[in-house]
Order: sequence, then structure tokens, then C-alpha cells
Amino acid sequence: MPPSADTQTPARGPLMRRLKAHDVACTRGGRRVFAGLTFAVGAREALLVTGPNGAGKSTLLRLVAGLVRPEQGRVEFSGGDPELTLGEQVHYLGHQDALKPSLSVRENLAFWTDFLGGGASKRDPLAAVGLGGLAHLPAAYLSAGQRRRLSLARLIAVERPLWLLDEPTSALDDAGRAVLTDLMRAHLAGDGLILAATHGPIGLDEVRELKLPPA
Amino acid sequence: MTALSALLLRDLRLAVRVGGGAFIGVLFFLIVVTLVPFAIGPDLALLARIGPAILWLGALLANLLALDRLVAMDLEDGSLDLILTARAPLELTLAAKAIAHWLTTGLPLVVAAPLLGLLLNLGPEATGAVALTLLAGTPALTFIGLIGAALTVALRRGGLLLPVLVLPLTVPVLIFGVAAANAAITGPLPFGTPFSILCALTLASVVVGPFAAAVALRQALD
Repeated sequence: MPPSADTQTPARGPLMRRLKAHDVACTRGGRRVFAGLTFAVGAREALLVTGPNGAGKSTLLRLVAGLVRPEQGRVEFSGGDPELTLGEQVHYLGHQDALKPSLSVRENLAFWTDFLGGGASKRDPLAAVGLGGLAHLPAAYLSAGQRRRLSLARLIAVERPLWLLDEPTSALDDAGRAVLTDLMRAHLAGDGLILAATHGPIGLDEVRELKLPPA
Repeated sequence: MTALSALLLRDLRLAVRVGGGAFIGVLFFLIVVTLVPFAIGPDLALLARIGPAILWLGALLANLLALDRLVAMDLEDGSLDLILTARAPLELTLAAKAIAHWLTTGLPLVVAAPLLGLLLNLGPEATGAVALTLLAGTPALTFIGLIGAALTVALRRGGLLLPVLVLPLTVPVLIFGVAAANAAITGPLPFGTPFSILCALTLASVVVGPFAAAVALRQALD
């Protein structure tokens, strides 16, 4: 039985955002990572991708982001900006934090905000993730958890409908997790979608789970 | 456009800050060119004759030195993943990176060349000719190198392969760069002929380089 998650979302008009993957298979380095994967995520929904190490959670997120090509099947996003590709509408939060150690915290965030095409956000992203006092510190001096928080700041500095979070809670302390949960709740409330690969709970109440079988 | 200028500014900042290596290329250039008189001996006439070629070779090697950081640094820290999800076309993004690389690696070489010309007993006219050909030719080295940098990114330890891959492609630039400099100094060719071919090589590589590098990167990331 191919793994699949149920696909019911309340209909809310023709322009509802929806991510659909149909019969997706992926091979990496000659090894079949997963096959026959079908799922859908609607607006205001979060889907947790779970499974043992090597099951292809990260690969699935990279595939949705357009960083890995599917061997077969397709991934579609409806209700977004028709001018943009799927990859241009996602926030990809991978294992690596994409920070330059010699740039300050604010410079790192300002670069990604400009480069990813961010609009003016309502509140200061650095303050929102608890890094307000460290804006001028070079990123080299940040701890692993603080680096993670800085990556989270990117998510709210630039608005994109689909968040792809790969182990978002890693290195975060309890306060950091609470910040992450708040950010995710706010994103979902704004018609956002979340696809998160994780081993543990991420603090959201109503989430569906997509279990990938062991490879 | 703001996206690309932000990238350009970031790469310039990174290059001049700690660990950025903007001036390593110039130092290397200085050392290579200084070594030549030691190796050849104090034959002033010979030094003046081969001076343009030495300066060009030094610039070629110095340019190569920082090339593996052009794309590899962004791959290592995950920035490349985000760059690929940006709305700016990958070709323009890579072109912006190459321009930043040239401004911090190629341009300092052009500025340093007249100083080093003194060490090689080059006259004012010859020095000016070499600097002018370097100004016209080093962008070609950067943009050809961009293709190699993108190609090697996918390979583990690809940085070692980079010089082997890139140097043969830079042969025409070297030939016409040195030919133009020599034409200005000794003749018999008019300076304009090889110099216009050098400019053509630069223009072609500026156009082809970003596209080829983007294709290589998209393939490489699979």
C-alpha cells in the first residue's frame, strides 16, 4: 500500500491554495527512496512527514522545493501566483542555516529578505524570534539554537505561502520551540501551508501525518 | 533588481571581511611575479621581453586561486538551496556573483599590474598596454571560471578539479591578451587587431558563462 494522507479540506472558494503530489517516486544515487507517494495539503493545514532515518523525509521536502527532480509523478500547487513556479513560492528551511559567519545577524537577514523578495513585515522579525539584542553580532558567534532562530526569522521576513520545514525544532530550546509554534500558528491562520519533516511533535494541535515506510 | 544588487553587495562584503580572501589573489600575483626575476636572473632585456607574458600568467593563476569559492561556499552552507528558490533567474544570479568576484579578484590584479611591471623592467608604455589588456581580459577569466566552478560544485572535492578544467579554456584569452600587449610594445601587428579579439572573447564569455553555469548547476543538484 503506498503511503497516503487523506485529502479533505473544507472548500473555501476557487482560489484555495492546495499542494498536491501524485504518485511521486524518487531515486537517489541508484537507490529508490520512495515511490507511489500521493498526498495533498490545503490552506491552513500542516502535514507532518514522519518515518525512520533514511525514509526520504528530507528528500521529499527538497523535491517539493524543486531542488530534486522526481523520477515519476508530479507535484502541483494551485491557488498561488500563476506567474511563479512552485519552488519560487516555498520557504525551504533545511538542515543548514544558510548564514554567512562574517556578516552580522541583521545583514544576514537583510540579504535574504532582499534576495527572496520580501515585503515589509508588520513586526521586526529579529525581535519576534528573540534575537533583537544581537542584531549587530557577527553570525559566527551565534549558538546552534540562535542560528536556527535566525533562519526562522527569514520565514516571517519574506512572505511565502508554503513552508517546508526540515527538522525545524532541532537545536531549539523550549522558548525557541514556543516561538516556532507561534510562527507556524500565525502562518496557518493566514491561509498558509506547512509541510514539516520531524521525529517528534512540533506543538501544533491539529496536524495530519504522512508516514514514510522504511526504505 | 534589488535581489541582484543585494547579492552583489553581499558578495563584495563577504570578500573584504575576515576570511573573505579578496586580497589573497593580489598577494599571490605579487609573489609569482617576484619569483620570476629570481628564477631567470638579472637579465633586464630578457625580463622586459617576457614581462607581459609573466604578468598575464600571474594574473591567470591568481584569478584561479579564489575561483573555487565562487559557488562552493554557497553550496556548503546551504545558501545555494535558497538561491534556487529565489525569483531572480539563476543566470542573472550567477552573473551577479561573477561580477562581484571580478571586482574583488580581477580588478585588484589590474591595479597591481603597473606596480609589478617595475619589477620586470617594463617601460611606461608596455606597462600601460599590459594593464589595459588585463582590464579587458580578466572578466573573461572570471566568467569562464564561473562555468568550471558550477560544474565542479556537484563533485566531491571538486575544487581540485577546477584548475584542470578551467585552464585549457582560458588559452585563447591568454594568447590574445599577451599578443595585444606585445603588439603595443614591439609590433609588428597593430595593437587593435588582437585587442579586439580579446574584447570579443570577453563579451562572448560574459554572455555564455552565466547560461552554461546555470545549466551545469541545475544538472549538478539532481
